[in-house]
Amino acid sequence: MTQKHRLSSFDRTQGLGSAREGVRHWWMQRVTALALIPLTLWFAASLIAYIRDDYSVLILWLRNPFTSVAMVLLLTALFYHMALGLQVVVEDYVHNDRIKIPAVAVIHLASFALAAAGIVTTLRIAFGE
Amino acid sequence: MAGNDRPLSPDLQIYRPQLTSVLSITHRLTGIALSVGSLLLVGWLIAAAAGPSAYATLHGFLASWLGLLLLLGWTFSLFFHLCNGIRHLFWDAGYGFDLRTIYASGWAVVVISIGLTLVAWIISFGMRGPHP
Repeated sequence: MTQKHRLSSFDRTQGLGSAREGVRHWWMQRVTALALIPLTLWFAASLIAYIRDDYSVLILWLRNPFTSVAMVLLLTALFYHMALGLQVVVEDYVHNDRIKIPAVAVIHLASFALAAAGIVTTLRIAFGE
Repeated sequence: MAGNDRPLSPDLQIYRPQLTSVLSITHRLTGIALSVGSLLLVGWLIAAAAGPSAYATLHGFLASWLGLLLLLGWTFSLFFHLCNGIRHLFWDAGYGFDLRTIYASGWAVVVISIGLTLVAWIISFGMRGPHP
C-alpha cells in the first residue's frame, strides 16, 4: 500500500519485478536474433556451395579460419537464442511449477551442452587431429 | 465479472484463422523444428570430425527420402523463421504496426520464405545433378 514499495516501470526493466529478470531475456533474444541474420545466411549459402562436395573439400572449408570463427559465433548465438525461445514456449504452456522449472533448467543445460559439443568439435577440426 | 462459464477468448473451435495468428504460431513451430534441427548441425560437425566413413554414413541418411524430407522441412523452417524474425525486429523497433502493413509484411514473409526454399533447393540440385 505504501507508495515507496511500488515499482516504477523503470524498476521492472532493471530486474526488480516479480521474475527478478527485467528486460535481459527479451533483449538478449533480440541481440542473438540480429547476430543470427548474417550467420544463418552465410551458413545456408555455404552449405549450398559445399555440402555436395567431397569430404576433403568440406574439411578444407571447415579448417578455413574465417569458417571456424563464423561457426563458433553461429553455434553461440544459435544455442543462446534456442534456449531463450524454448524457455518462453515452456513458460507459455506449462503452468505447473514442478514441471516448468525443471523443464526450463533442462532446456538451458541441453543448450549449453550442445553449444559446447559443437564449438569443441569445430575447434578440433580447425586445429586438425 | 459474474459467471465463469463463458468461453475464454480466443475460442479456437470457432475462431476463424487469420494470416496474423497463423504466422505467429508458425513462427513458434518453426522455432521448435529448428531446435530439433540444431541436433543435426552438431551431429553433422561431429561426423565431419570423426572421419570420412562416419560422414558418409550421415550423408547416406540425409540422401534418403526421409533425410531429404527433414532437410526440406528445416530449409523452409530456417527461411520462414528468419524472414518472420526480421518482421518481429521491425515491430520491436516500433515500425509496421498498422493493419495494412502487418498483412503486407505477412504475405511477403510467406512468399519470400517459400521462394528462398525453392531457390536453395534448385541451386543445390539443379546445378549439381542428383545427390551423391
